[in-house]
Amino acid sequence: MRIHDSLIGGVLLLLSLAVLWHIQGFPPAAGQQYGPALFPGLIAIGLGAASAVLAWQGLRTKQPWLVLSEGLRSPRHLAAFAITVGSMVFYILLSETLGFIVCSLVVLVALQWACGVRPLLAVAVAIAATLVIHTCFYKLLKVPLPWGLLQRFAW
Amino acid sequence: MDAVLLALQMVATPTVLVVMLLSGIFGMFVGAVPGLTATMATALLVPITFFLPPVPAVAAIVTATAMAIFAGDIPGALLRIPGTPASAAYTDESYAMTRKGQGETALGIGLVFSCIGGLFGTVVLIVAAPALAEVAIKFSSFEYFWLVLLGLSCAVFITSDTPLKGLITLCLGLLLGSVGLENPAGHPRFTFNSPDLLSGLSLIPAMIGMFAISELIRFTLDTSKVAEFKAQIGSVFKGMGGLMRKYPKQTLRGSVLGTAVGILPGAGADIAAWMSFAMSKKLSKEPEKFGTGHPEGLVEAGAANNSALAGAWVPALVFGIPGDSITAIVIGVLYMKNMNPGPMIFMNNPQNVYAVFIVFILANLLMLPLGWACIKASARILRMPRNVLMPIILVFCLVGAFAINNALFDLWILLGFGVAAWVLEENGFPVAPAILGMLLGKMLEENFITSMIKSDGSWLAFVERPIAAGLAIFTLLLWGGSGWLAWRRRKLRPITDPVPA
Repeated sequence: MRIHDSLIGGVLLLLSLAVLWHIQGFPPAAGQQYGPALFPGLIAIGLGAASAVLAWQGLRTKQPWLVLSEGLRSPRHLAAFAITVGSMVFYILLSETLGFIVCSLVVLVALQWACGVRPLLAVAVAIAATLVIHTCFYKLLKVPLPWGLLQRFAW
Repeated sequence: MDAVLLALQMVATPTVLVVMLLSGIFGMFVGAVPGLTATMATALLVPITFFLPPVPAVAAIVTATAMAIFAGDIPGALLRIPGTPASAAYTDESYAMTRKGQGETALGIGLVFSCIGGLFGTVVLIVAAPALAEVAIKFSSFEYFWLVLLGLSCAVFITSDTPLKGLITLCLGLLLGSVGLENPAGHPRFTFNSPDLLSGLSLIPAMIGMFAISELIRFTLDTSKVAEFKAQIGSVFKGMGGLMRKYPKQTLRGSVLGTAVGILPGAGADIAAWMSFAMSKKLSKEPEKFGTGHPEGLVEAGAANNSALAGAWVPALVFGIPGDSITAIVIGVLYMKNMNPGPMIFMNNPQNVYAVFIVFILANLLMLPLGWACIKASARILRMPRNVLMPIILVFCLVGAFAINNALFDLWILLGFGVAAWVLEENGFPVAPAILGMLLGKMLEENFITSMIKSDGSWLAFVERPIAAGLAIFTLLLWGGSGWLAWRRRKLRPITDPVPA
């Protein structure tokens, strides 16, 4: 996915202006001339200048505003991309409630299915991988992975 | 001497040796599977190293990366798909050798000369790091300020094709690094009243996101098909002695250049390989043979990319400034393990530094048997279905990023940085400067503010001490030179040229 340099430069220029505006509210450091706003301010000026140059350079080229790569134009690949990002959001939002094991199974089956793995194999791999990762992190490394729905069966 | 013995005792434990063996196998595997990089291997290892004592943690990363950089040559030679970007420079050459029926020689060169290059880089690390540390101990905030600025400038101007885009990602990294309470004034910046952001953006989830999640996204959108390789590979060590006698100068040149490029902040094994392959062709007596399956360039670039790995540890250990994205992750791990990098580590904990040196030597020697086994098993590894592997890696990333702070918020960082890194790379923005910016931002700001307070706001104080003045001149020359080059390039190129998509 190639976005026109001027668009990226423009957005980043706005970002640097927003930072410059935001740091005005930072209080000066007690008893010092150099407060918390100085450093981010200098970086924002640098970012703003570089973004402006990028936007200006972009305008001088005959570049299309947006070029989608082959993958982003293929529905199958686009679905795989959406499922990848979606399954991460699903995991973050629901892993506390549903628990690691349920979420991991769902994520693994969905992603493998999206990548074209046969359903039976996908389910088998999902169960095996979930149990291995759970054992490694929960049992061996003592990471408190949530049990969620399966709390009653915690082992 | 006591410290060396102590270090030997620290390394020669079953835990360290088993960890090295396992991480070596892991590194070989990750390197040999196209699409998984050595940096990704390091990022995936971090959650595990978090739970290990310091020496095995460092040993795991050193071994895995050394193996991965070599193993990247395997699919390059057999399928013409580089396993890691560090092998991309000479993939065409090694594949041409395979087509001529010299596949085992191409792989043998990768293995043997990687080992030689890696050992050379280790020797430089052993000699240069303590010597530099003695100088570094005299550094004040002024020198550190210039050093960090020089390092960041190198990452932007020398190692990136598009310095302007590198500068932008560096600024973004520095801005992201300034989030949180941990600034000289102790004022919460860019936290938007969120307690999760008070301690800043967690670096490890950010790195796993940038180096692993972005690869996964790229994989889901990849429409190309991976070719299959079925043939058996013969003896890989045959003829290596002859090549060593025939190309001693090339081996040395590749190792020296690789180490030097590794030491430069921001430049890693991949840039070392590209530069030394180009140099080999330029200085060769038979440049016309390049591209037809000629071993000379492979010897030089194969040595270069592994020596760069050790070279990158020199600034990382001495100054806490990473030489490449792998050492950027390593510095995070070292801080996590209370092995804070910097010149004082050589005074306070010399045994830890010697242990790292010993681990480097062992890892490079371990490469020979493990590499041989990996080449033998390569047909199986290359057949590994990536559409099964990638989803497992995704769950591993989620759990790994969570494991560092046991915080779900870190997973948002993982996702955000992953998507951002993918978009940036698609548009030609290098992501390494962003990581360096996040990592070094605090150091730069602290030394800048301290210097300003010490000098009472006088800019002249920044160039009054001789080393600081020298570093300042270097930095300004680098900026001036890069600006001039960019201006010349633009002048020579007609502005109507369409930019390739």
